[in-house]
Amino acid sequence: MESIAFYVFAALTVAGALLVVSCKNPVSSALALVLTFFSTAVLFILLLAQFIAVIQVLVYAGAIMVLFLFTVMFLNLREEALRFDARNIPIKMGILILILIVSGYFAKVGFKKAFIGAPLSHPEIFGTVQGVGEVLFRDYLLPFELTSILIVVAILGVVAIAKRRLD
Amino acid sequence: MIAWIIFFPLIGALINGLVFGSGLWRKVLGGDEHTERRIVSVLGCGVVLISALISSIMFLKLRLLDSAQRQTIEELFVWIPSGDFTARFEFLFDPLSCVMALVVTWISFLIHVYSIGYMHEDSAYSRYFTYLNMFVFFMLVLVLGDNFPLMFVGWEGVGLASYLLIGFWYDDPAKATAGRKAFIVNRIGDFGFILGIFLIFFVFGSVNYQEVFKRALDAGFMSTIPGVAVTAVALLLFVGAVGKSAQFPLYVWLPDAMAGPTPVSALIHAATMVTAGIYMIARCNVFYSESHTAQMVVVSVAAFTAFLAATIAVTQNDIKKVLAYSTVSQLGYMFMGVGTGAYAAGMFHLVTHAFFKALLFLGSGSVIHALSGEQDIRKMGGLRRFLPITSYTFLAGTLAISGVPLFSGFFSKDAVMGALYERGYIVHWIIALITAVLTALYMMRLYILTFEGETRMGEETKHHIHESPSSMIIPLLILAVLSIIGGYIGLPEFMGKVFGIPSGVFQGFLAPSIFIKEVGQVTHHIIGDWTLVGLSTAAAFLGIGIAVYIYVVRPSLPEEIAKNPVISSLYRGSYGKWFVDEIYDAAFVKTFVYLSRSILWAVFDVMIIDGIVNGVADIAKGAAGIVRTAQAGILRFYAAIMAIGALAILIYIVLSAR
Amino acid sequence: MMSISIGHYLVLSVILFIIGAYGVITRKNLIVILMSLELMLNAANIAFVAFSRQFGDMTGQVFMIMAITVAAAETAVGLAFVVTTYIYHGTLDIDVLKLLKG
Repeated sequence: MESIAFYVFAALTVAGALLVVSCKNPVSSALALVLTFFSTAVLFILLLAQFIAVIQVLVYAGAIMVLFLFTVMFLNLREEALRFDARNIPIKMGILILILIVSGYFAKVGFKKAFIGAPLSHPEIFGTVQGVGEVLFRDYLLPFELTSILIVVAILGVVAIAKRRLD
Repeated sequence: MIAWIIFFPLIGALINGLVFGSGLWRKVLGGDEHTERRIVSVLGCGVVLISALISSIMFLKLRLLDSAQRQTIEELFVWIPSGDFTARFEFLFDPLSCVMALVVTWISFLIHVYSIGYMHEDSAYSRYFTYLNMFVFFMLVLVLGDNFPLMFVGWEGVGLASYLLIGFWYDDPAKATAGRKAFIVNRIGDFGFILGIFLIFFVFGSVNYQEVFKRALDAGFMSTIPGVAVTAVALLLFVGAVGKSAQFPLYVWLPDAMAGPTPVSALIHAATMVTAGIYMIARCNVFYSESHTAQMVVVSVAAFTAFLAATIAVTQNDIKKVLAYSTVSQLGYMFMGVGTGAYAAGMFHLVTHAFFKALLFLGSGSVIHALSGEQDIRKMGGLRRFLPITSYTFLAGTLAISGVPLFSGFFSKDAVMGALYERGYIVHWIIALITAVLTALYMMRLYILTFEGETRMGEETKHHIHESPSSMIIPLLILAVLSIIGGYIGLPEFMGKVFGIPSGVFQGFLAPSIFIKEVGQVTHHIIGDWTLVGLSTAAAFLGIGIAVYIYVVRPSLPEEIAKNPVISSLYRGSYGKWFVDEIYDAAFVKTFVYLSRSILWAVFDVMIIDGIVNGVADIAKGAAGIVRTAQAGILRFYAAIMAIGALAILIYIVLSAR
Repeated sequence: MMSISIGHYLVLSVILFIIGAYGVITRKNLIVILMSLELMLNAANIAFVAFSRQFGDMTGQVFMIMAITVAAAETAVGLAFVVTTYIYHGTLDIDVLKLLKG
């Protein structure tokens, strides 16, 4: 059961990724990316990371992708997108697939050698909100606070960059 | 002591050049031109006078020395110490160099004084005296050096001074070209000279006169080297002499050199620089006496040159050109003298020629000065009335060069011709005799057309005629006196005996410098000494007679003769200098120019050298072009490179961890 | 069907990462490049979580939260750039935007 789920959603993820890099229209790329994120979230659940999966959907697919789509549509890029990036797509894809096969093979071989054992045991609260919260606010409190500073800096930066000058 | 002879003119040249010639005095120090000229004149002449006086003092001291030790050597410093080869800055004062030094310094002094008057209105007065002093310096280095490289330094230096002075009025491109021609033709000769020096070092292991000649006199040493080596040395050095002393085929620069100021022609191209070749051969008498082949070459070339130049001089109309060809011809006489082994005879003629040729040139300068620059004798005539002193001194010079008895030229020419006959060069002697006739002819023609007869110049010019200032007249007078009495120092024996006058003073004085005993008579007396003298005298009077006949008695004769086709073609040939310059131009000059332009320039310079240089630049540009793309600001490229780089590092880590 | 082990997830992570890198290098549209960048980050996140599962350690997941935060901030700033660039230069073709050209 688990394997089927894995393969299906893994395939979806890869398909989405391929679509992202091959679509002419940036809007299509953005939507493909959303698909990718959703599939990834499912994979997270398979990995017993429930909280993370939900966060992925909420923040990544929900906020970041919305921002992307907003920008794309705001800038009205559709006609422009057709002008460039459109050449030799089959060839590019071919090369990509080739690279993927080769590297996938090597990766598999390498990883197989490294990790043979089964997953280690995990506590009951692994992956739950409580589990994340405990670790986050106990062991990694400082990085957590720093991220808030990071967000503030980002906000300020964005405002500074995009502000319309009055001259 | 010797060094002072040389360095006074150098000091003069330096001061005249750096302070006055450069404009320092006038532009920086705020001096005025009048004072400048005064200082330059005094300084320029003064330093030469001092050199002359020192030389004279040393001469007197030399006379007191015993014959075998009659020399002074002074070394200043070691100039080129290079392994086996050492060249020193050292000077030799022996009879031969003494004679040359006296001639050079005193005649230079007279000409410097003359120049004060002649160059009076010239704006480049200081530059003139700078060059003139510089010339004297180099000439003295040439004659007083004790080794071949030092002689060569002087050799090149006088060539340089000559170039600068011939092209003195360089605004006129023709004059500048004449200067260049002199230098280049000289250079060809210098090439032979240098090869000769190399060979001397190679054969004799030294370039110092004392050492080389000592070895050359050593019969044991000489038997170890092939005879052809000495001949080669002698001939190579002779090539240098041919260039410097204007013999065939390198004489073409001398007539063109008349573009320079007349005092320059007098000093450099009559009395001193051109005599350097004869001095050189006299100095190297050891080599020539060893090689009969070399002697034959020298005498033959000299005879041919003397005759050729005389044939050209007969038809020339420029007063200075006649004198120029005359110089070439007389130099031929000198070479004939030293070429036969009669070194004293050649040197004797050198001395007397210096007197009367300088006199003749200065006289012509006086004429040109009086006629406001006219040099064509067809536009002269009857000047004896206007320029009496010039005229009579010129006549004295003419008689001297023609070999009229009792004048100096008579004795020296006779010494040369006597040597030719006695040593068996009969053919050459005949040529010399014919040349003597021509010499008398053209010189008398020159005198008559310039000073006698009706005046043929324009009214304007006639109005301005004036006798030259005393600064020009006095040297003329002094030289005239010397031309007349100068011959008595070299009276040949047979005459001395008859008249009870001491003979052979000159020859005796010179003897210690001549290392090989002069060869005795070869030819038996078919013609006795007195007969020889008589023949040369007859030749002189014959020439004078013909000239007088043609130009005074029957002035219309030339025109009548000219109608004869043979004569007229000969005339054209002679007037056109036998087209030697034209032949050179077609054969050599055009070829070289063509080679230069089409091959050396077009191929070598443009294609290869420019190609290489530009090619290097192009490679740099190309490489830069390629490398530049890395900085093109194309982010994708950056990203790709980063990815590849990261991948490479990753692979490395994985592989090394294995 | 073999059982899923962490190796599978890591292979998946590698594949996604390569696709993302490919997108960054190949695409000319600036926005698409940013999106490919997100893809790469996502691939890294999968790897984190997979390891977290393997070793039973929550650290991986916590770290992933940090990564998401950073990604969000970076995306915000990046898009601000994109907007400004588009308004100023009129194009988002990265081959045309050669201001870094030296």
